[in-house]
Amino acid sequence: MISPPTNASAPTAIVRVPLLHYALAWVSLLLACLASTVCADSFETQRSKMIELIRQDVIETSQFIGTEKFDLRVMSVMARVPRHEFVPKEERAHAYENRPLPIGHGQTISQPYIVALMTDLLKVGVSDRVLEIGTGSGYQAAVLAELVREVRTIEIIEPLGRSASARLLRLGYNNIHSRIGDGYYGWPEYGPYDAIIVTAAAGHVPPPLLTQLRPGGRLVIPVGSRFFVQDLLLVKKNLAGQLSTRQILPVRFVPLTGGH
Amino acid sequence: MINGFAREAEYSVSERPPFVSVALISAGALAYELLLLRLFSIIQWHHFAYMAISLAMLGIGASGTFLALLQGRLLPHFRTFYIACLAVFGPATVGCYALAQRVVFHPEEIFWGAGQLLHLVIIYLLLSIPFFFSGCAVGISLIRYQKRIPMVYAADLTGAGFGSLILMAGLVLVFPLQCLALVGLIGVCATVVALCELRMQPRLGLIVLVAVITLPALIWSWRGELLISPYKPLSQATRVVGARVIEQLSGPLGLVTVVANDVVPLRYAPGLSLHAVTGPPPQLGIFTDAGNMSAITASSDKSPANHFDQLTSALPYHLGQPETVLVLGAGGGSGVLQALRLGATQVDAVELNSNVVHLVGTRFQEFSGGLYQRPEVRVHTGDARGFVAVNRKSFDLIQLNLLDTYSTSISGLNALGENYLYTVEAFQSYFKRLSPNGYLAITRWLRVPPRDALKLLMTSVDALRSIGVDNPKERIVLIRSWATSTLLVKNSAVTSTEIAALRHFCAKRGFDLAYYPTMPRTEANRYNVLRQPWFFDGATAVLSDQSEEFIAQYKFDITPATDNRPYFARFLKWRTVPEILSLWGQGGGALMEWGYMVLIATLIQAIAGSVLLVLVPLGWLRRRHPQRRSISQFQLVICFAAIGLAFLFIEMVFIQRFVLFLHQPIYSAVAVLTSFLIFAALGATWAHRFSQRGRPAQGIVFAVVGICLIATSYVAALGPVFNLFSASSLLIRLGVTSLLIAPLAFCMGMPFPLALVRVAAVQPTFVPWAWAINSSASVVSAVLAMILAVHFGFTLVVLLAMALYVLALLSLPKNGQRVPWA
Repeated sequence: MISPPTNASAPTAIVRVPLLHYALAWVSLLLACLASTVCADSFETQRSKMIELIRQDVIETSQFIGTEKFDLRVMSVMARVPRHEFVPKEERAHAYENRPLPIGHGQTISQPYIVALMTDLLKVGVSDRVLEIGTGSGYQAAVLAELVREVRTIEIIEPLGRSASARLLRLGYNNIHSRIGDGYYGWPEYGPYDAIIVTAAAGHVPPPLLTQLRPGGRLVIPVGSRFFVQDLLLVKKNLAGQLSTRQILPVRFVPLTGGH
Repeated sequence: MINGFAREAEYSVSERPPFVSVALISAGALAYELLLLRLFSIIQWHHFAYMAISLAMLGIGASGTFLALLQGRLLPHFRTFYIACLAVFGPATVGCYALAQRVVFHPEEIFWGAGQLLHLVIIYLLLSIPFFFSGCAVGISLIRYQKRIPMVYAADLTGAGFGSLILMAGLVLVFPLQCLALVGLIGVCATVVALCELRMQPRLGLIVLVAVITLPALIWSWRGELLISPYKPLSQATRVVGARVIEQLSGPLGLVTVVANDVVPLRYAPGLSLHAVTGPPPQLGIFTDAGNMSAITASSDKSPANHFDQLTSALPYHLGQPETVLVLGAGGGSGVLQALRLGATQVDAVELNSNVVHLVGTRFQEFSGGLYQRPEVRVHTGDARGFVAVNRKSFDLIQLNLLDTYSTSISGLNALGENYLYTVEAFQSYFKRLSPNGYLAITRWLRVPPRDALKLLMTSVDALRSIGVDNPKERIVLIRSWATSTLLVKNSAVTSTEIAALRHFCAKRGFDLAYYPTMPRTEANRYNVLRQPWFFDGATAVLSDQSEEFIAQYKFDITPATDNRPYFARFLKWRTVPEILSLWGQGGGALMEWGYMVLIATLIQAIAGSVLLVLVPLGWLRRRHPQRRSISQFQLVICFAAIGLAFLFIEMVFIQRFVLFLHQPIYSAVAVLTSFLIFAALGATWAHRFSQRGRPAQGIVFAVVGICLIATSYVAALGPVFNLFSASSLLIRLGVTSLLIAPLAFCMGMPFPLALVRVAAVQPTFVPWAWAINSSASVVSAVLAMILAVHFGFTLVVLLAMALYVLALLSLPKNGQRVPWA
């Protein structure tokens, strides 16, 4: 499902050139492959470190976010999805740092801890169908796609939506369906959904999205600015169709000295 | 070299200094500084704009350092150097800005990686270049015409005073980037005038060269476009499919942009109930300085805007039947429309920005359904505090709605702007305008853990107690949705009927009760569940007898803002910072208050930059003239640093203090700044007499005594004077402002030139160094004044300024004096 990063575009341009150039091309291809393998390894190592960091953060925050540890499936997906593929080239060196990164057009890719937390809060199952509002670079969709049957994602900024769609296709995510347009009305043709995630934060929860949430389903919205998530709004719809919400502070913080 | 200096000095006696070009270049520099603040507030965020420009001002300090090092070589070529500085200033203003706005920089990202820091430094350096040249021009004039230092200084101040006026006029007439062309043009004028003043005839080739550089810069500036950060709300809105800018208006209060989108409509309904069936009807987005969004909502029978009833701000309309409503901060008119939809019969709306009023009332009158033309609506353009102070009407409801944008509020970038709407005194004045059973309703973005809501509660309690209400908690109601909180303060005790209506209102919309008199804890935290009922617990604690203990233990500063310390949005406690930093990996950064941290970072950098600029020439001067040192450098530093700090301390406090009197921050900035600079220039001119008599110290004593007497009386009397004239017309208030500032500024204009005269008499080579010290101290002072005001209030800053003036007097360089340190 995940293809390793390659850098093999060099030889295509030098098909009809002399022998020396052939040799040079092969050497460069070899070097490129070597570099790509080394990078892949290095990215894998970085990813493992990132997972370890998230694990520690979860242990510290467990009481506050209402869970002892994240779902093992979530953690293993976080350890697999190549986050560096979802950030601009100039940010790749930081791809596995526990920080948000700019992805152009004034948008960001959330910090891994928050992505893991939001994914965990959705409590998705393998047969679930998920709707995402705000594709961004496609990272959150990719994480979810490895956990569920189908992900539908809508992006409002055209260039972002196009590049994310191409990226997800290239990386082999066949169960992600993306669309460019207004996410406010959701994607009713394929609803209801078991889980909805609204990464493009709004001042209110669009009423149509709540309609498209299946009874027993969950909806998550990060509240805050592009680089700092203040808290996460978790909306649950019970089997009777009634809504309840929780506002979850991602950090282990109590406002009162000596408070609990 | 010293001999060379002396020769030049003698020569200068018979020559008239180029007063007009000095004034013009100073006007250009000040206009450039203020304009940069405007431009960067649009393309970036206000506080980073403030930081970048504060530090760029070190360019003037650097000019002093540069002159201190090279004065011997430059003075023989005074005229050429002076003209060159003026000629470069014009194109540099435009060119440096054009380059600086291309530097990719995002403020919030700076807290996640060091890469952005380098970009920030490049911005500082670029922006400092024009200040360096203007500083060189004024500095070299002070060195050359040392016998007329006060007069040259007076020309500098007068020019600067008019610079702020010119810019304000420019901002009214043209767009901000076009103003940059005007500033560049001032540089060109200064050059031409200087050529006449110095009777120079440059070669044609040189004129062509300057024109070739300058003209394209001016044309670019006139026709160019602002590169707005992609993270600003306007950029975000315009990147959406179908978005188009349909109107843009410029004014001193900001650049107002209207965005329409027929494909993906704007939907602004902060904190809409999850039980709402529909969202808002079509809207237009109004963005001020590419941020601060508000919406004009289409109002017609087809689009009835029923969503207004599903917001927390609808609460007062369900507890009583408010008929007369005052909406403070009308913006796009949402509050007015809400009031009309929910049964008000008379709505008064106050909006500061006349351009916004024009947009809602005239330009998009049809879209808004003639909202401001309705007989039951009256719109007032002006400041909310001013309106409440002057107007004698009483209202059933006073509404203060979300006045700042979401991202600003959440990231705490608004932590240090003065805001007189949320002070104890402001609340007192609101209560005076309420009818006997009227409500004051304040809606803010919700922040978890609670900050704004609790501070507003405290402010209400203090205000109620100060007007003689014994039991304030009987009058208070607080509710919250997941996105907003609404605080209601009634002008009498909340009744059981109202409590029943309150319960019903919240239950129907899924809003949480956070406080009402006699509320049990079990009723809190039911719908939108927090880990603990923090809002109820906090509200109960601050309304209890143990409130002081709670406030001390609370990790955020929720002590009420006052007119003496009007910084409502500041919540950070220093002791909480280490904990927040330790929670960084879990997203703890959202708990930080970045605006305040940026201010601290600015101060640290300003101090470091200043020390560098002051110490570099010191080392050189000591090496160069070890035997001729007849002045204590330590005293020199103290003296000029003290004068620089004190001047800006008082100026900054007055600019902020007079906002309350003139009701508009921009009037205050221009009126106070212009008055200070022009009357200080008069003081400097008068100081020339002391200089001519060879008694500069006497003049400084006179000035310092004057400053202390006047400033002390103002600390006590400014409040009553403001009250006396609060109902007067703006023209009268502007006149009173000038009259109040005149004597103080007059005295404040004297110490610097007279101290410089003393230095010139004792050790002429130290004149540019003193200029560098003073300029650098001014940069530090502007930032330090704000930090001190945030913590201790305006009064203390003024008292400190007085102490600094006394210190300057005591450390005035004396003939032949040497101190072991030096």
